[in-house]
Amino acid sequence: MSDDYEHKLEAKSDYVADASSASSPDVDSVPAAELPDQELYHSHSWWTTYVFSQDAKYIGIQYALTAIGTGLLGLVLSWLMRIQLAFPGLGWLDPASYYQFVTMHGMIMVVYLLTALFLGGFGNLLIPLMCGARDMAFPYVNMLSYWAFVVAVLVLLASFFVPGGPTGAGWTLYPPQAITAGTPGSDMGIILMLVSLILFVAGFTMGGLNYIITVLQLRARGMTLMRLPLTIWGIFTATVLAMFAFPALLVGCLMMTLDSLLGTSFFMPAMVSLGEKLTHEGGSPILFQHLFWFFGHPEVYIVALPAFGIVSDLLSVHSRKTIFGYRMMVWAIVGIGALSFFVWAHHMYVSGMNPWFGFFFATTTLIIAVPTAIKVYNWILTLWRGNIQLSLPMLFSLGFIVTFLNGGLTGLFLGNVTVDVPLSDTYFVVAHFHMVMGIAPILVVFGAIYHWYPLVTGRMMNETIGKVHFWITFIGSYAIYFPMHYQGFVGVPRRYFEIYDSPYIDTSTLLLNKFITIAVLIVGAAQLLFLYNLFASARLGKKSEKNPWKANSLEWQTPQMPPEHGNWGKETPKVYRWPYDFSVPGAKEDYIPQNQPPSEIVGAKVEKT
Amino acid sequence: MIVALSIFLITIGSIAFHFWSPWWWTEVASNWGNMDDTIILTFWITGAVFVAICFFVAYCVWKFGYDKNRRAEYKPEDKKLESRLTWATAIGVAALLAPGLVVWNQYVSVPKDAYKVEVFAYQWGWKYRLPGEDGKLGKTDIRYINDENPFGLILEDPNGKDDLLVDAQELHVLKDRPVKFELRTIDVLHNFYVPQFRGKMDMVPGIITYYWLTPTRVGDFEVLCAEYCGSGHYAMRGRVIVEEEIDYRKWEAKQITFEKMLAKSKKKDNLQLVKKGE
Repeated sequence: MSDDYEHKLEAKSDYVADASSASSPDVDSVPAAELPDQELYHSHSWWTTYVFSQDAKYIGIQYALTAIGTGLLGLVLSWLMRIQLAFPGLGWLDPASYYQFVTMHGMIMVVYLLTALFLGGFGNLLIPLMCGARDMAFPYVNMLSYWAFVVAVLVLLASFFVPGGPTGAGWTLYPPQAITAGTPGSDMGIILMLVSLILFVAGFTMGGLNYIITVLQLRARGMTLMRLPLTIWGIFTATVLAMFAFPALLVGCLMMTLDSLLGTSFFMPAMVSLGEKLTHEGGSPILFQHLFWFFGHPEVYIVALPAFGIVSDLLSVHSRKTIFGYRMMVWAIVGIGALSFFVWAHHMYVSGMNPWFGFFFATTTLIIAVPTAIKVYNWILTLWRGNIQLSLPMLFSLGFIVTFLNGGLTGLFLGNVTVDVPLSDTYFVVAHFHMVMGIAPILVVFGAIYHWYPLVTGRMMNETIGKVHFWITFIGSYAIYFPMHYQGFVGVPRRYFEIYDSPYIDTSTLLLNKFITIAVLIVGAAQLLFLYNLFASARLGKKSEKNPWKANSLEWQTPQMPPEHGNWGKETPKVYRWPYDFSVPGAKEDYIPQNQPPSEIVGAKVEKT
Repeated sequence: MIVALSIFLITIGSIAFHFWSPWWWTEVASNWGNMDDTIILTFWITGAVFVAICFFVAYCVWKFGYDKNRRAEYKPEDKKLESRLTWATAIGVAALLAPGLVVWNQYVSVPKDAYKVEVFAYQWGWKYRLPGEDGKLGKTDIRYINDENPFGLILEDPNGKDDLLVDAQELHVLKDRPVKFELRTIDVLHNFYVPQFRGKMDMVPGIITYYWLTPTRVGDFEVLCAEYCGSGHYAMRGRVIVEEEIDYRKWEAKQITFEKMLAKSKKKDNLQLVKKGE
């Protein structure tokens, strides 16, 4: 891909000090290492190996398990909410607990599950391995990052046990209601939520710096940026976004904490609360919304970009085909990342901000559809004339394409300011964002877990259980969210504890609600199959061969599998090509690993990368 | 085979659901039928893309299934194809955006002849205020709110004294006359939403927001709060009745002015202030 790199190589060839160049032909030379080999911390006890681990692989697994555990709570909360919506007669919830569960479900799923899982989980596991590094740049800080996340989760969970319960302000936490008496958990619940988010951002910043610096500084010799797997491009760009976006959330949380505890008025105008005049005056509730969505919209892409990257790699490996249009894919990721900072107020078309902003934000929002569409085209063109293996990762990737396409297209409804007016704050919005940033990324998470499980455990997950899990999850979640859009057209508003005596909503809508709830219960229960598979396969799973999927990227090329501490044995790998040389004409195998020297694949008509 | 067939059937099923399911929007009752038109346009364009891509995926899965004796095509890039697709997408997106912006321009430009109604939201209910004979709404301030002055009208402002105060959950509006809703809340965020009207705008404490519409058919419609506002959000409903001028005037005549309301109340000094304002 990079001609520059080839020129540099020629110019520098005089002083390339490469141990291997003496023994093998010149074609195999790679640039000299720019940094000395990384010195690693070596653990000596059980505690420092498994608990306060400084090995990115372990930290990745810790992050993933903590995130999935928290996510299960989010799943149970969604069951309770849906049961209330479909069967209000049961009276399981009162309005306050309904709103508390809505809030906690949303925040847990977006921040504590998806963000932590993609960046903390897959980022830690894959960045060093895919870049050919021995570990993250700052292993100690990396450990702190995980434990800050744990404390953030504990603070969040603690809010279930304080007087008044957790906050019921909705995951967007809009003031003034978030901190005034009409909202459940407006005393201690909201404070714990804000503190938890502050801790999360602090912890995430420590991890994020690690991911960025590791990708920029610790890549193996020969691993140019344009030879990085798209997984790394996705995680890297998402981390950069997070570094810019999370500070907005942080200051928003700090200011609201002050408003609540010290009586400042950053977001609080003069107002009445349940008949009582408050002492606040002069603050702006809309200011908080700007801060929140300046974080909140990039947050969508913080979740989506790693999913984009991972699914690109899964599609390529499992269709034995070069990813189509790699360079466009990289630029699309970077472009979407940059544009994502200019679209935030499309969440605020009817917020009461100056309505003339609508023109600007509708335009930027629809522009972002172009690079996103390019990604979809390139995924499906990767399938074209491929050699498609319907393995579990491929199934989940196909599920991702369908659900992401669906959710992305409904984004064109909501992004287009006029169309948003009737649909905003209805179930159309709920359906849209669950499809596009709930189901689609979660399907990628599952695909990724099935794909990289042997790398972590040395065993394969059970394929039959996996297939049952796939079909229930994919068909089931489509059945949940596709019809839900139409409830939005009817005009059913979101965040309603119950609605059904409204004259314009007929009984068939009620029936649809019951159907959706039953689908939710089934899909949720199917995740138990996945959990069983996840834990049981670690002992019972079929032993995996090395590089079971015949992939090219470096994580599968470690001397041992699962990789040991330090990943690479004596010497870190040398990289000669990108990770997408599948089915190269003239090559013996249908894949050429990134670290296979050119001298070993003489007949292959491989394009220069 | 099963996978390809499933994707194919999901696509067909989605189309069938779209055309034959009973769930569709309520019949429009305002001039914002053109919002529905933009939705229809969006459906055609995005629907075509959805079907095309899903069919393509299903075809690929069916046609290019794994065979260990076969190799995939080796073709990392196709600049021409990529650029064509990019341009086609850009054109499609522009076709969606342009009509959207035209309608938005109408939505944010209130006609000069629109009469004003203040929608007053609180946790958890609605009140309304009409400008009265002078056609002007009096100024308000949250600090003036008390039992005698529930709307918080500034007593010194003469425009306020003939304002009609509708302290009920029911508002009447005129058919075929543009109305500008001036939206005010005294506590948290709310949103004045009538599904049949299509329009929507948050109400924000500290500022007055607005939107406008022209009701186009007589009827009795439900008002919902469309911005989460605490535990009672789901119960924050009211009614809007669209009617012809004759009926509307009868209803209007029954409403009480601010001045009369103060006269009824015990605190006469408030009334004095209003008189002074004249």
